[in-house]
Amino acid sequence: MFAFIVRRIIQAIIVMLVIGLVGFVIQHQIGDPVRDLVGERVTPAERAVIRDRLGLNDPAYIQYFRFVKNACQGDLGFSFFYKKPALEVIVSKAPATIELVIVTAIILVVVSIPAGIYSAIYPKSWISRIIMAASTIGVAMPVFLTAIALIYFFGVELNWLPSYGRGETVSIWGWESGFFTLDGLTHLILPSISLSTIMLPLFIRLVRAEMMEVLETEYIKFAWAKGLHRRRVWYLHAFKNTLLPVITVFGVQVGILFAFTILTETVFQWQGMGFMFLEAVERSDTSLLVAYLVLVGVIFVVVNTIVDIVYGLVNPMVRIAGAK
Amino acid sequence: MKTWDRFKKSYFLHSFRRDPVAMASFSVLLILVCISLLAPVIAPYNTYDTATFDIMDAETPPSWMAGGSEMFMLGTDIQGRDLLSTMIYGLRISLLIGVGAVFFQALVGIAVGLISGYLGGRLDSLLMRLADIQFSIPYLIVAIFASAIFKLAFGIGRYEDLAVVLLIIIIGLSQWPHYARTVRASVLGEKNKEYVEAARVIGISNRQIMLRHILPNTMTPVLVISTIQVANAIMSEAALSFLGLGMPITKPSLGSLIRAGFEYIFSGSWWITFFPGVLLVIVVLVILLLGDWLRDVLNPKLYKG
Repeated sequence: MFAFIVRRIIQAIIVMLVIGLVGFVIQHQIGDPVRDLVGERVTPAERAVIRDRLGLNDPAYIQYFRFVKNACQGDLGFSFFYKKPALEVIVSKAPATIELVIVTAIILVVVSIPAGIYSAIYPKSWISRIIMAASTIGVAMPVFLTAIALIYFFGVELNWLPSYGRGETVSIWGWESGFFTLDGLTHLILPSISLSTIMLPLFIRLVRAEMMEVLETEYIKFAWAKGLHRRRVWYLHAFKNTLLPVITVFGVQVGILFAFTILTETVFQWQGMGFMFLEAVERSDTSLLVAYLVLVGVIFVVVNTIVDIVYGLVNPMVRIAGAK
Repeated sequence: MKTWDRFKKSYFLHSFRRDPVAMASFSVLLILVCISLLAPVIAPYNTYDTATFDIMDAETPPSWMAGGSEMFMLGTDIQGRDLLSTMIYGLRISLLIGVGAVFFQALVGIAVGLISGYLGGRLDSLLMRLADIQFSIPYLIVAIFASAIFKLAFGIGRYEDLAVVLLIIIIGLSQWPHYARTVRASVLGEKNKEYVEAARVIGISNRQIMLRHILPNTMTPVLVISTIQVANAIMSEAALSFLGLGMPITKPSLGSLIRAGFEYIFSGSWWITFFPGVLLVIVVLVILLLGDWLRDVLNPKLYKG
């Protein structure tokens, strides 16, 4: 077991070094660190001095080593647009994205579990048919179209809900939160609904399939035979065992939600990390782009490594398969 | 004619004719593919030719609405191009990139899967680790990062010139692990069977065994995932174009048309977004339904979710 953990951690470190290498190459080949610092209006002579002082004339491997060392200390370069360290910019944008994902996750749980269970218990009823048909179309519907449709109906035609921005936010220990103002909450509604539509079809189908499988098992038949009330069988006995695989998939999919925030944030002008990333691309703000790339890489690698290690603890098969 | 007879009696065709959803989606897809192939003939205007449109016609509503014109059935976009023609050309580009990206990723994925499954050893674990790592990051995020990097590396002008090729490469590279894993799994199942051993005994080279003997037997799962991957690739392309990392507005795909229309939705020009959006959903939905059907037919053992 110990060897397994060590091997997974070494692998994670190698992956991080590779992602770092990609980031390093982008920053030094495409971007220009000198321009990031001083802008365009500096004479070539002064630039050369700065280049030398920054160590940009050193061999590539030394520069890469320095890049990794700085990254480990939290220094991911300097955003020339914001005139701030890149990491600081990203951290200031993070609360918006995290809040969006939290609300989306809540919507996912609240909608998909009842809908999935209902369509598993009554597979022939017309409501279940509608749920399944809607989830088929939902898979084919790109999130930005859903978002635009929502904006058009609720923002432009009915004018009920705000369609862009975060609204009023409150600062709680440096965390810019939209949870505590009515304005902030109404701004959250449309973006989180459209973000949740990406995962909803998947989760409804998953809950439904798991529930149907559980309902066929022996212990449920036994529960029926004992003469338990149907609600007790469904919601207590069957539901509990449906939950386990659902939670596993849920954990993995929330990571993917972060990827889709880039699309949702663009449509709603949501001032989060995804929106910042696209702005960075348009402004050729290479350092910020690289910092975001490295940070997303870190998050995915850390989450995956933890999940793998937990699986290894729970399921010895994984350890053996990996040791081969 | 013999193969045709065999095809006529096959379970494949039989189940196709028994399934109205499959038949409907196949005919819709066929019509859309024909329209996009014959775009220069069918489309009322050639939207790549700047002489055929006039900015004065911009944002004309569809012909049945007040202010609409007989000349433009579905109205015009923000540059005064006929929306119907632009959509037909856009569909052509979307399908081209979707199919191209799947060909590219199938090529890469099948090669990797074959080599790593058949040869095994160090190379296998290296290639599969690589696939695992990329698999753990959502393909859309890989595609978005890759296109952002390419856009910075090439500069916006060059990127837009090369957009079709670059998008095929980007989307292909973001999705290849799917193929590699599937092919490898079925190669592992096939490689210890007797016919492979027989081929080895009579002294056929490894390359021949891989390509002529094992590869044909791994084609079923490849076919099944290919349809779904085409839908995914079209969706990815639309997403990238919507973010401004894909096709330029001068040569719009459905995604970039939606992006262009979105900027004008607040002024009430809903049709620039609506029609391309509906077309995109129809294309993807039809391909997904066909893929579902294909999976059920080719692999009856699979659990129907």
